[in-house]
Amino acid sequence: MFTHLLLLSIAAPLAAAAVISAGIPARLAKVVAALGFLAPALIALHVWYHFSAQTLNQGYAFTTSYATGLQSLGIKLTLGLNGIALPLYVLAGVVGLAAGLYAIQSGAERIKTYLALLLIMQAGLMGVFASVDIFFFYFFHELALIPTFIMVGVWGGKDRGYAAMKMTIYLTAGAMLSLLGLIAIYYKSGAENFDLITLRQTILQGGIAGGAQNLIFGLLMFGFGILVSLWPLHTWAPLGYGAAPSSAAMLHAGVLKKFGLYGLVQIAVPLLPLGAAHWAQPLAWLAVAGNLLVIGFITIAQRDLKQMVGYSSVMHMGYAFLGVATLSAVGAGGVILMMVAHGFSVSLLFLLSTSVYHRTQTFDLTEMGGLAQKTPVLAAFFVTATMASIGLPGLANFWGELTIFVAAWQFSKVLTVLAVSGVVISAIYGLRAAARVFFGQHTEALTKVLAEKPATDLRWSEKIPALILIAALFFIGFWPKSLSTPLNAALEAVYPAKGPTITIVGQ
Amino acid sequence: MSPELIKAAADNRWMLISPEIALGCLALFLLVLEIFLPKKRHAIIPTLAIAGQIGLLIGLVWNFQAPYLGTESFNGLLRHTQESQFMRVFFLLSSVLVSILGVIALAKQKMPRIEFFHIVMVVSAAMMLLTQSNHFVLFFVALETITVGFYILVAYFRSSPLSLEAGLKYLISGALSSSILLFGIVLLYGVAGNPTLPGSSATSMNFDSLRVFLEANPHNFLASVGIVFVLAGVAFKIGAVPFQIWIPDVYQGAPTPVTAFLAVASKAAGFGVLLILTQRVFGAYYYLTVPVLSVMAIATILFGNLAALTQHNVKRLIGLSGVSHAGYLLIAVVASVSQPLAIGAVYFYLFTYLLASFAVFGVMTHLAGPNDADQDLEHYTGLAKSHPFLGAVLAIGLGSLAGIPPLAGFMGKLFIFIAAFKAGLFTLLAVAIVGVVVSIYFYFGWIKAAYFETWTAPVLEGETDTRPARTPVSLMAGVTLASLALATIVLGFYQGALGEWLLSK
Repeated sequence: MFTHLLLLSIAAPLAAAAVISAGIPARLAKVVAALGFLAPALIALHVWYHFSAQTLNQGYAFTTSYATGLQSLGIKLTLGLNGIALPLYVLAGVVGLAAGLYAIQSGAERIKTYLALLLIMQAGLMGVFASVDIFFFYFFHELALIPTFIMVGVWGGKDRGYAAMKMTIYLTAGAMLSLLGLIAIYYKSGAENFDLITLRQTILQGGIAGGAQNLIFGLLMFGFGILVSLWPLHTWAPLGYGAAPSSAAMLHAGVLKKFGLYGLVQIAVPLLPLGAAHWAQPLAWLAVAGNLLVIGFITIAQRDLKQMVGYSSVMHMGYAFLGVATLSAVGAGGVILMMVAHGFSVSLLFLLSTSVYHRTQTFDLTEMGGLAQKTPVLAAFFVTATMASIGLPGLANFWGELTIFVAAWQFSKVLTVLAVSGVVISAIYGLRAAARVFFGQHTEALTKVLAEKPATDLRWSEKIPALILIAALFFIGFWPKSLSTPLNAALEAVYPAKGPTITIVGQ
Repeated sequence: MSPELIKAAADNRWMLISPEIALGCLALFLLVLEIFLPKKRHAIIPTLAIAGQIGLLIGLVWNFQAPYLGTESFNGLLRHTQESQFMRVFFLLSSVLVSILGVIALAKQKMPRIEFFHIVMVVSAAMMLLTQSNHFVLFFVALETITVGFYILVAYFRSSPLSLEAGLKYLISGALSSSILLFGIVLLYGVAGNPTLPGSSATSMNFDSLRVFLEANPHNFLASVGIVFVLAGVAFKIGAVPFQIWIPDVYQGAPTPVTAFLAVASKAAGFGVLLILTQRVFGAYYYLTVPVLSVMAIATILFGNLAALTQHNVKRLIGLSGVSHAGYLLIAVVASVSQPLAIGAVYFYLFTYLLASFAVFGVMTHLAGPNDADQDLEHYTGLAKSHPFLGAVLAIGLGSLAGIPPLAGFMGKLFIFIAAFKAGLFTLLAVAIVGVVVSIYFYFGWIKAAYFETWTAPVLEGETDTRPARTPVSLMAGVTLASLALATIVLGFYQGALGEWLLSK
């Protein structure tokens, strides 16, 4: 019964998008869209639940292969999940459902096109993490990326034209570099095959020469780095997220951006160990000094709520890059856990920021205040999301950050100390923003707005997507083992044992 | 008759070129119909022309794996291969599409109609012969038939000064390129006919004899000059730097369907010929062809993309972007010297380029006003809102040209990149990547105009919109554009038998 499930999770949203584009009435389109988002989410939960009972083939479960005419080039649509991909696949399914439901109630202009694009994006996201073939891994990423540009350009907020253009050029450059890197692995490994399992086996036998590894890892590091907003190549991110409509920002910042880090953890570091060792120090310094500290201070200075969330997501990627740079199974495990947690928390923050905007008509933090009196539920949710993003124990983010710090301590004590101080920075801007929006007195500007249109608390149509994300944050916060068990097994198989082995949290 | 002549005549297997002959006869038949049909019935002639060509196309595809493939006929004038068979389908298909665009564009002009289709079909038949040529005489005759046909087609809108200017420019540059080409051919013929050199031959116009001679004399100076001149002549056809100078003006002035014909079929003909020459004939001189074509590729990609950045007229823009596509294709031609995969990549790229270009040109034809040369980016503002179908086709076509996955154009670029990587052409790859990123700016700018912007230019009193009216989409045009867009999407996801066939080489 599992044979075509993964394909179905990609095909269902695409089919829904096709049905919607065929020109059905808007009311029906919303139902179809809801089904299109629900199907991948249910499939993701289903495979998560059944993963431990599967017999793994080279670490992968649910593998199926479809020929698309390029077998002679070594390209085949091979789908499957290993312990590294599973957490992100679940993340994509759940955040997709939340973003989809939020979009359905958003009342955007030309809602049908909007939903169709979001569904295409969702299909791409499911495909990225379900692909064993690294060509299709790239391909699905692009499939998800293109709708983002259009959504920013058409439905975006201020500066949308400029933001869409900048995002497109930056991300195309990043994608092109990554593509070159992947082709280089394909060719230099001698496998002439894009299938990750075959690549691994070929490289086990020979491996790529050290000099070539340095070059290829460099390509991938900067290619993926642009996509994940590695400092100083991040400037598209806050601008783009600031302008993007909320559901697109949720899916991009929450899930799609993880493509690059996932590529580093799943592909680049295991296949190019020498190259990774060569670049580990620069990567770690860029991550800590650039993403965590520089961007951290920039985030504190933000006045615009959505820009602040955008910058904070850039900042948090610093932890993930640091985890990758440790080159250890522990660090990589922490990166995956942190990405999942960050995906839930940042998309929740984008969702709630938009809900705040609908009540205050502004994103400017200095023009808000005291909103909690009118909207206690919104305030509670927002504070929860902020706490999660800071890394409070009991919420998902804690485990990922903790594991990364443990791994980083082995790697460099100086960097670890600097990185831990990043937690303080995120506490400053997170709590300050929550306080500015929800506590204290109304500002004059806000009083005017509220007099015209009194603020109501979250409606159910907004609450449900938010609750889905909050539930996920708590679930993983209290039971990280549900993800970390398969993750540990998969990482130990592909990461060289190095230094004292520390079992990842929850075992 | 002497026995040699009888033997030679026995090799003239006319059935092998029946598609070309049928196409030529159909073209003549159109003129006959024009004379004999009453004037009010003339509207049926284009329909007949299109239907006839589609019939020929189906027949050709049906007989694709013909038994004569791999053989020569007409005493070595023609050589029939899988590749040439593919190019025949390609040219016939582009002929059909140009005719369909012609119907739309000619409806806006007071012009004789029928001759247009006649010339398009004759030119297409010549292209189909050119791609099977195995002899410089046939090669040159076919090429000149194409070029002379284009002289007329480019200046077809004779009441438009820009069209006439384009015709003149094409005439001068075309004549220059033909003479350079001819000079190169003569040099090769002369040096290969020198009886004191090893491998010399009395029939050195024949590609096979010439190849034998060149292999026997791999460092002959005169032959090198001849090869460079022949390559220069071909470079005019494909619009590679430094022979791209005619492109913007001619593309702008020519009627839109002719621009499409030039951009797709003429360029593809150039590449088909270039592959035959570099693979089959000039193989021994790879030490000369590879650097020449590499430098050309780099200059072409950079010039095409950078020059396109500043264009506001979409015909010039797409012309210059076409220059950059020639550059990417040149990379594949260079790679094909060592990687057979690159040959398949060229054909696949050309095919995706055909689909995407005709989709874009189809939309342009609908947006063009009576003044065909005046097509500005601002005519596209708000297109997606007022004409969602045309907007979607435009976005898919441009996306594919820009090489954005999951569209077919991306797969074409991917194959070229893989082939170039295998051939170790890292400098060329780096330039190509820069080119792709730069090109995003203008392709995306065009999509941005159609999707993100609304028409805000100052409007005089009493006027609602100073832009030309958009032609309503007819059934035939709608089906054509929809199939082009659909094929572009499907080929991006699933290459199936076409991919297997092209990449099995």
